[in-house]
Amino acid sequence: MSLKGYKDLPEGGVIPERGNSVLYKTGEWRSMKPVYYPEGCVHCLLCWAFCPEPAIKVENGRMLGIDYDHCKGCGICARECPRKEKALQMVRE
Amino acid sequence: MALETKQVAMTGNEAVANAIKQINPDVIAAYPITPQTDIVQYYSSFVADGQVDTQMVTVESEHSAMSATIGASAAGARAMTATSSQGLALMHEMLHIASGFRLPIVMPVVNRAVSAPINIHCDHSDTMAALTTGWLQIYSENAQEAYDNVIQAMRIAEDPRVRLPVMVCYDGFITSHAVENLFLLPDETVKQFVGEYNPKHTLFDFDSPVTFGPLVLPDYFSEIKAQEADAMRAAKEVILEIAEEFAKISGRKYGYYEGYHLEDAERVIVVLSSTAGTAKEVVDELRAQGEKVGLMKPRVIRPFPAEEFVKALSGAKVVAVMDRAETFSTQGGQLFTELRAAFYEAPTKPLMRNYIFGLGGRDTTTAEIRRVFEDLKKDQERGSVDRKVTHLDVRV
Repeated sequence: MSLKGYKDLPEGGVIPERGNSVLYKTGEWRSMKPVYYPEGCVHCLLCWAFCPEPAIKVENGRMLGIDYDHCKGCGICARECPRKEKALQMVRE
Repeated sequence: MALETKQVAMTGNEAVANAIKQINPDVIAAYPITPQTDIVQYYSSFVADGQVDTQMVTVESEHSAMSATIGASAAGARAMTATSSQGLALMHEMLHIASGFRLPIVMPVVNRAVSAPINIHCDHSDTMAALTTGWLQIYSENAQEAYDNVIQAMRIAEDPRVRLPVMVCYDGFITSHAVENLFLLPDETVKQFVGEYNPKHTLFDFDSPVTFGPLVLPDYFSEIKAQEADAMRAAKEVILEIAEEFAKISGRKYGYYEGYHLEDAERVIVVLSSTAGTAKEVVDELRAQGEKVGLMKPRVIRPFPAEEFVKALSGAKVVAVMDRAETFSTQGGQLFTELRAAFYEAPTKPLMRNYIFGLGGRDTTTAEIRRVFEDLKKDQERGSVDRKVTHLDVRV
């Protein structure tokens, strides 16, 4: 992706539009990532409740997987998961 | 054209308080420090007497004063503050925020030595330590210039090509507290001159909301700083345009510097602010004796008009740059090193030496200035300077 030159950017680092945080891929800095195994998951959603980012994808009360664009790899989901490695495993990126 | 002016006797701080009154900013957030105190003291009485519409915010420190001024300015207000010495030092991190956000804040800074040892009198160690903060710096010789510079600074800061904060500097006690004869412009003239402030982005624009101060990582940070450097370059022409407009309403002319008997001068002193007034007296004396001496008083040093300064000094044989602050580089004061560097590409270079003078309010009288010119004469005869950096008037 080519980034804008300095003359085309807003002055002073101001962000002149609203609701743009979803465009910011905070998952890029991650060094560890959780890997999801649906067959071991009981859909208790503790991972969803503890995740400090909106990085656990949930639909109709069921865990769907990880949003890797916003998951920072903190590992809280895997730690809180009652099924442990059967459902969520932390692996090096 | 007959210019309307009112002749008054005022201290520098009172004159500056009156300039701010005529600008009538939306917000002033300030904390008292000697010798700045009575600017804000005068101003608080204007507020109490209903002579201005300003919201005055009394804060618990200069760090908060600059923070509140930044907040008000980002919200779209015309916001000002004033300080000196330790106060400017305490503001330091916020100075970068003001310029980094491109906020057109105008701040009179009454120059005073920075501790330790503790001292309340004039030198330039406070503003010299703020040269790399992205603020413009304009220096004033006397109360008239301080008054005129505050009014011009507002226009320079708010110009869409610039949008950077400006410090208007003048000497503590010498200028801030001495009563001088000066001319004030009519309120209406100043009001029209500064005009309405039209901010580009404001936090109060609910139709197109903006974020000030987001995290900017290595992929964009250099670009934001390049914009600031561009704005500082653009300020150069804006300063002259505003000066020209100001001359029309005041009859008083300003530029990047003031030259005094500079045209054919062989021996020149370069010095900021009130000491230039003392130097003019000595130039007059020596000129009466047929000596080819002159003075260059820089007015603007951020941006640094290197080409113009070099041109102004191109005919000189020996130049003494006088700095009212130490840098401890052991290579001379800030003005000296920058001016010397400006000559690097020049085809002809004068001999150049540096004097560190007037620290902590030490008086620099005509006797000391005369001694500097005597040194320059010996240097010229010898064809070299006998000492690059001298602490003037220091007991051994």
